[in-house]
Amino acid sequence: MMKPIQRTCVAGAGAIGSLFAGHLADVAVSTVLTRRKDHAERLNEHGLKISGKSERHARILASTDPAALGDVDLVIIATKAGAVEETARSMAGHFPNAMMMTVQNGLGLEDIVAQYGDWPIISAVTFMSGNRRSDMHVEYELDTATWMGPWAGRPADDDRIRAVCALIEKSGLKAQAFPDLLPAQWSKLIFNAAINSISAVSDLPHVRAYTAVEHVEDLGRTVRAMMEEGKAIAAAMGIELYEDPWEMNLKATRHGRTGSEDYAHAPSMLEDVRAHRPTEIDWITGAIVRSARDVGMPAPINEALYRLVKAREASWKFDNHNHRTG
Amino acid sequence: MKICIIGCGAIGSLFGAHLAKLNDVTVWAYDPNQAHVDAINANGLRLTGQADFVAQVNARTDAADIPACDFGIIAAKTLHTRAAMEATARIFEDGAVCSVQNGVGNEEIIAEYVPRVILGTTFPAGHITAPGVVNQDTAGKTWIGPFAPKPASMEEVRKLADAMNRSGMTCIPMEDARGALWTKLIFNSASNAMGALTRLPHGIACEQVWPVMLALAQEGIAVSKALDITLDSDPVALLEHGKKVAYRHKPSMLQDVLAQRATEVDALNGGIARIGKEVGVPTPLNEAMALLIKGLEYSWTLPE
Repeated sequence: MMKPIQRTCVAGAGAIGSLFAGHLADVAVSTVLTRRKDHAERLNEHGLKISGKSERHARILASTDPAALGDVDLVIIATKAGAVEETARSMAGHFPNAMMMTVQNGLGLEDIVAQYGDWPIISAVTFMSGNRRSDMHVEYELDTATWMGPWAGRPADDDRIRAVCALIEKSGLKAQAFPDLLPAQWSKLIFNAAINSISAVSDLPHVRAYTAVEHVEDLGRTVRAMMEEGKAIAAAMGIELYEDPWEMNLKATRHGRTGSEDYAHAPSMLEDVRAHRPTEIDWITGAIVRSARDVGMPAPINEALYRLVKAREASWKFDNHNHRTG
Repeated sequence: MKICIIGCGAIGSLFGAHLAKLNDVTVWAYDPNQAHVDAINANGLRLTGQADFVAQVNARTDAADIPACDFGIIAAKTLHTRAAMEATARIFEDGAVCSVQNGVGNEEIIAEYVPRVILGTTFPAGHITAPGVVNQDTAGKTWIGPFAPKPASMEEVRKLADAMNRSGMTCIPMEDARGALWTKLIFNSASNAMGALTRLPHGIACEQVWPVMLALAQEGIAVSKALDITLDSDPVALLEHGKKVAYRHKPSMLQDVLAQRATEVDALNGGIARIGKEVGVPTPLNEAMALLIKGLEYSWTLPE
């Protein structure tokens, strides 16, 4: 008989992590591993408030030290991709009975986590979104699902993944379990590689211009060309995509919040560029470029965009007179 | 001989001021910038920096005030080629117009308006420091030659080149000047697109995205080969040379991007992609970079 999931830990209390932790408190003991001590203290003292698509005020046990969080059954790593390694390292030797679930955009985070412990691993991608109002308050914005499946390198059991999925649904979020997540992961990867890196280089939020292909100067042609490269690589790897990335592009700009040019959705990579923060390019477009090399296929436009985003990150290290500052 | 400068910004002013030094040449200038035009008419056109003199130029914001001329030298931004030619075509009913603009596609537009066209490429650089005052940053050569299918005669080309050379500039008249144009086009497309998209000056952009810069240049070289053009130097070597001598120089397209001005990308990467399609040479990267820069320009029009 499988032990029920009674205690969870969310590592990284940004918008996505806070949404998980705040909801899971309804159905389990919800703990949070934070990077900052004052963040943990605030959560312990005031709890975590969710508003928007759902309303609750959750009791949270938070700490910067995994040893203080007890014997958890499930860890959801919800940090930025760039912080996954540091987070996994801090959990090494802890949580011997836990499954690990990664929810970052992109590919290859599971491999990093696997280096720091022999936990079974669940691959996940999440489509929900939130706005972080403060350390103790997140607004639940898009109530779209989180998809999960076994990581081929060291899979969690299917029935345990179904239990995680059921728990997340019972907590009030949307979730779906797949026998193989790669088709969904790659659909989102190809979509993100194009939309995120084009927005990061062009400063243009995800608006309808990304779908225009009629005229020679229409941006959708480059979006489509990048997606075609990604699709050819996925096909060469034997992955049958769950959803056509171009259709995802049409849908995202046709419906909902990005359907109007007046409200322009800024992809996370554009937000990172605006804030001069390191982006997740290495795990998104970088993952396409690495996979292309692995299967011996060209991906010149993805590679060009990868290099351009890396160069934009580097540009923040130069002052107005183009002298290196950092 | 009467010569009219069409678009008397930094480059147009360099040509206009030099040519106005010649006794046998009268220089007119058409430019929409009223303050610049008024200053030129009041105080003459002043060059500083690499050149240092004042020349008498007759500047006008209304092309109707300019008499018929033997030659036009158009130095307008490529975006304004059509509007500038529409305004000034009457001046050249029996004249030849020479483009010293960036990129490809200008001569085709000019040919719709005037009987004889000269294709040109120029390397001097400068910038306007005050109305009527232009600093010459670098000197450099100019190559000119007849533009088919509406060519000026070689005699006319030599006559214009001779005037430029007597005025202190360096101009090389050629039967086929496309090699110089395409060399600069390929260099500029790679350097400007990478500067505009990384927001980095030339040398640092070279360090950051060299494989992309190289691939852009190689696409352009392949298109020039399909057109049977002999490049007069290797654009890749020029990019490498530029990395040393213009390490912190911001290419004009980067300056445009930083000021949120429309760029000349249609005549640069966009031009290479368009002609690549015509001759059946794939140019996926030049096309992608052109569309990204168009996307960047579009981003400035969205509300915050």
